[in-house]
Amino acid sequence: MSSVTLPSRVARLRNPSALPGFGLTLGFTLFYLCAIVLLPLTALLIRPWTLGWDGFWHVIAQPRTLAALKLSFGASAIAAAINAVLGLIVAWVLTRYRIPGRRLVDALVDLPFALPTAVAGIALSSLYANNGWLGALAAQLGIKIAYTPIGVVIALIFIGLPFVVRTLQPVLADMSLESEEAAATLGASRTQTFFRVILPTLAPSLITGTAMAFARAVGEYGSVIFIAGNLPMVSEIAPLLIIIKLQEYDYAAAAAIGVVMLAISFMMLLALNALQSWASRR
Amino acid sequence: MKSGFRNPTQDHPAIRIVLSAVAIVFIVLFLFMPLAVVFTEALGSGFAAARDAITEPDALSAIRLTLLTAAIAVPLNMVFGVCAAWAITKFDFPGKSILTTLIDLPFSVSPVVSGLVYVLVFGLQGWLGPWLREHDIKIIFALPGIVLATIFVTFPFVARELIPLMSDQGRDEEEAAVSLGASGLSTFLRVTLPNIKWALLYGVLLCNARAMGEFGAVSVVSGHIRGLTDTMPLHVEVLYNDYQYVGAFAVASLLALLALVTLTIKSLLEWRYADEIAATHRH
Repeated sequence: MSSVTLPSRVARLRNPSALPGFGLTLGFTLFYLCAIVLLPLTALLIRPWTLGWDGFWHVIAQPRTLAALKLSFGASAIAAAINAVLGLIVAWVLTRYRIPGRRLVDALVDLPFALPTAVAGIALSSLYANNGWLGALAAQLGIKIAYTPIGVVIALIFIGLPFVVRTLQPVLADMSLESEEAAATLGASRTQTFFRVILPTLAPSLITGTAMAFARAVGEYGSVIFIAGNLPMVSEIAPLLIIIKLQEYDYAAAAAIGVVMLAISFMMLLALNALQSWASRR
Repeated sequence: MKSGFRNPTQDHPAIRIVLSAVAIVFIVLFLFMPLAVVFTEALGSGFAAARDAITEPDALSAIRLTLLTAAIAVPLNMVFGVCAAWAITKFDFPGKSILTTLIDLPFSVSPVVSGLVYVLVFGLQGWLGPWLREHDIKIIFALPGIVLATIFVTFPFVARELIPLMSDQGRDEEEAAVSLGASGLSTFLRVTLPNIKWALLYGVLLCNARAMGEFGAVSVVSGHIRGLTDTMPLHVEVLYNDYQYVGAFAVASLLALLALVTLTIKSLLEWRYADEIAATHRH
């Protein structure tokens, strides 16, 4: 039997490798992937249905759950939009201009990747608290940042910033100046060149970076909970609500919120993927 | 008109100044000040107070737990990353791109959900909960759970550094070594490893930084037993919620130092070995 199927199998591997270790490395990879990631995620996907459809819906439709989901996704969208604009400016300045300390600033952009989220959380919280360096300034203007949804947005801007900058930088660096020169030769103003030539070139990676910042922000926990104040219905994010449900030993409800978060993120990423391929086709 | 002499690909000086100012203010507000406030608050009551906060028993136990967790999780993910990259880049098989996507999956899962999945498997009301209880094995609210959650959130780091690089490098060198009679292991150690060592270090560096700093996932599975299952980030949370700001920021400053060291080595690697790390191969 195996001698019959063997030739067709070899033929299917277009370029058979002469190297050893395929079975061992692929076997370990698949085992490790299943044990660490896939099986536990399956447990998450199955768990909510122990409640039945009605029970699942009951958890999600509670005003507190809806408010938390709305805050998580809404604040993430606002933060991602702000990051798209400010991240584009930072990437532009870092690749096009020779500002002093450019290398230091460039290295610092990765700080949100490297700084543990709990540290970022307490730092932002004490910065923006009413007696903090920046919170006191804002308080004079009558704006309360810490322990409000604004604080949530601030933390999510921090966490998403490197995604936009780091996705744009290589594209900006590789972009040839010739098309800009051509536009200028043809009489386009700098503003026209930016919106008609530069921005369309950057659009696919700008969308990718913004989507990554958004996806990261939706699930973010550590940097948010300290500055958020965690008032139910006001500044309570969805990941925190999962932890609260777990502490009440309501595993199924926790899993239900987790599944909804995964599903919405997944659909948004699909939509953004479509948007991105549309932008790169133009 | 003066501006007629300006290179058409350069922005108007006023725009340059405005954009640079916006970028610098943004970086200072969002990146520099949070970092500065950590060290200022930590040392606000003097160096001795910060030192005492770091050397008290609970803090030391948190530091030990964090180091132990990273010492288990990082090597495991390193071995996995190398195996996955070897299988994916040196062989052709159906389902390869699905496998590559699945390896990146943990990055798109919320840290809290990353912890939650293990509670659903190993927790008291989880799949294996009753069995584990019968056999008196503790995973959740103990070291194994913390290690598992840490492995989950740092899962893709090494693999995603190695895969683009090794697939650019191809398999000719290894095939030459094997055809000359080298064993698989010595081919890897003598041919592949020298080619990927900086990328491997880069991946391990990022993996380690995240492993030591992970908060959300670990917070779900740890149970916050002070002096026992509190890692450094969790200890920071406990102290901060307890209004012990000097202690919280003192421990936080250790983690911030780790982040700064990580960023420094990362920048050095990117600058010195740009061609040999994946960051330059991805785009």
